[in-house]
Amino acid sequence: MKKNVIILIAALLLLAGCQSATPAQGTQTDNAQSGGGTQVSGDVYVFNWGEYMDEELNNAFGEATGIQVHYSTYQNNEMLYSTLMGGGSNYDVIIPSDYMISRMIEEDMLLTLDFANIPNFANIDADLKNPAYDPENLYSVPYAWGTVGIIYDTARVSEPVDSWGALFDERYSGEILMFDNPRDAFGIALKLLGHSFNTTNEAELRGAYDLMVTQKPLVQGYVMDQIFDKMENGEAILAPYYAGDAITMMETNEDLAFVFPKEGTNIFVDAFCIPKGAANKTAAEKYIDYMCSYEAGLANIDFTGYSTPLIDVYESLDDEVKNDGISYPEDMTGFETFTNLPGWVNDLYAELWTDLRK
Amino acid sequence: MKKRGGLLAAPYTVWMALFTVIPMLLVVYFAFTGEDGRFTFGNFSQLLGYGAVFGRSFWLAALATVVCLAVGYPLAYAMSRETGAVRNTAMLLLMLPMWINILLRTYAWMSILENKGLLNQLLSFLRLPPVRIINTPAAVALGMVYNYLPFMVLPILTVIQKIDGSVIEAAQDLGGSQFTVFKRVILPLSLPGVLSGVTMVFVPGVSTFIISQLLGGGKSMMLGDLIEMQFLGSTYNPYLGSAISLVMMVIVLISMAVMNRFGEGEEEVMVL
Repeated sequence: MKKNVIILIAALLLLAGCQSATPAQGTQTDNAQSGGGTQVSGDVYVFNWGEYMDEELNNAFGEATGIQVHYSTYQNNEMLYSTLMGGGSNYDVIIPSDYMISRMIEEDMLLTLDFANIPNFANIDADLKNPAYDPENLYSVPYAWGTVGIIYDTARVSEPVDSWGALFDERYSGEILMFDNPRDAFGIALKLLGHSFNTTNEAELRGAYDLMVTQKPLVQGYVMDQIFDKMENGEAILAPYYAGDAITMMETNEDLAFVFPKEGTNIFVDAFCIPKGAANKTAAEKYIDYMCSYEAGLANIDFTGYSTPLIDVYESLDDEVKNDGISYPEDMTGFETFTNLPGWVNDLYAELWTDLRK
Repeated sequence: MKKRGGLLAAPYTVWMALFTVIPMLLVVYFAFTGEDGRFTFGNFSQLLGYGAVFGRSFWLAALATVVCLAVGYPLAYAMSRETGAVRNTAMLLLMLPMWINILLRTYAWMSILENKGLLNQLLSFLRLPPVRIINTPAAVALGMVYNYLPFMVLPILTVIQKIDGSVIEAAQDLGGSQFTVFKRVILPLSLPGVLSGVTMVFVPGVSTFIISQLLGGGKSMMLGDLIEMQFLGSTYNPYLGSAISLVMMVIVLISMAVMNRFGEGEEEVMVL
């Protein structure tokens, strides 16, 4: 019996050791580095969207600082939220979107940043500082911003696409992809019905739900990162997606085009934050600062196709990119940001989304 | 003697306690807890709305199990008749896909089955009409059959191999035709293998999740997807997720108990 107890304790110790040494979940790549000569060292656990960073930079950062980057990815804001809420994770840097940042601030899930460690913050476009989701700019540093629109196959649409209605058009039955996350998916139905993304009117939300139920038979699949393969290979004709990724897909498949629907669309900012429980806050701040440097910013914008919040990176872009009408649209009337919603609305979203998908 | 046996089992007992019993208790606890931390049956009443998902999961798992059995039993029987190199090669080919990550295997099926995928390219080359199978429940069932077939073949093969040759010879000596020998001797004696094969395909089949997301387009949601969604997916409700898990476990246990009644009188039934 005594021995059993000893084994149990040993096992528990082992378990505790494992937990502090490994991050919780997700796909991850470790970029092992030998030490540089700076004061901050150790490990930094980064949790980012999929296909959303030039991962070479993690190696470069490790070589420059001796801080080992452990990088893993998630598919959407809600998944990030669930992972943090589920506990047991030990991420130091996360990159949620605007509305999720304000939700996390409200729910006391983030640490305030020490901007003395992030001098490159000065390089952020003033329009993106002190945003509505973080009014005093205590918790976040913008990483990239972007918009949502429809990416479609010009060779196979019957008429020019200019409305969210195209995603509900029976002629494209079986050729439509939809967002696999509630906020983006509901947003489309809400806009088509002429409502705000941020409505707290239950009838309007249920109306959007009903519309999406009628759309479901037309939908080929609900996808996130899988969209790249599917659109590039011509598996589907129409899909709503983020502008930066659309540019990436259009580079591979020349038949693809991107449009901002006339009903209005979403403009968003994704920003670096440090969640509560981060083990290495100084290293995390150093990482954020590095990612806001000119070289890293340029490499990331080049890789992701999203729009940069960094002034010097923007200025160095070719006119061709600045004026492509997608990355930096000139006319942004009808563009609306997501804001955080009251708890009961978030619950309603979760309920309706599960009902839609079941 | 008894004591030493207990000691030898200690590592596994500890393992079971830490990773099976405690998590199970947590699932039960969460299933009966509301978001306010109070005791409730509310999660279970919510479950009524997900009857379709339960139905689809059990139906698809049953379908995959039947197909696995229909394909797997003859294969196992044929393999048991072979010896040496042929059987070893067959065994290798059967096991080979299992050395590849399930995600990769399923992604491969995705590119085979897609509307412009390999299958349809082949069909159009042969001037045959294309098939639309991707993002349908049929594709999910196919993915499950592919992934779980070895779990059906191996236990059946093991049991058939162990059948005493003299029993078969005796049946033949008594004038049984090949078919009679199979029907009256081999089939009944191989039932324990069939039973464990069915268990090993059906149980993971019910809780499959990633296959249905990739091959079903997220439209044929299964219990596994629903549970994943509550814990790590786009809605966060571990209480509901636990309730679904608990009910699923109970239904699986009941179906296994029913299955085992068929195998009553046979020995060594469940290999879990």
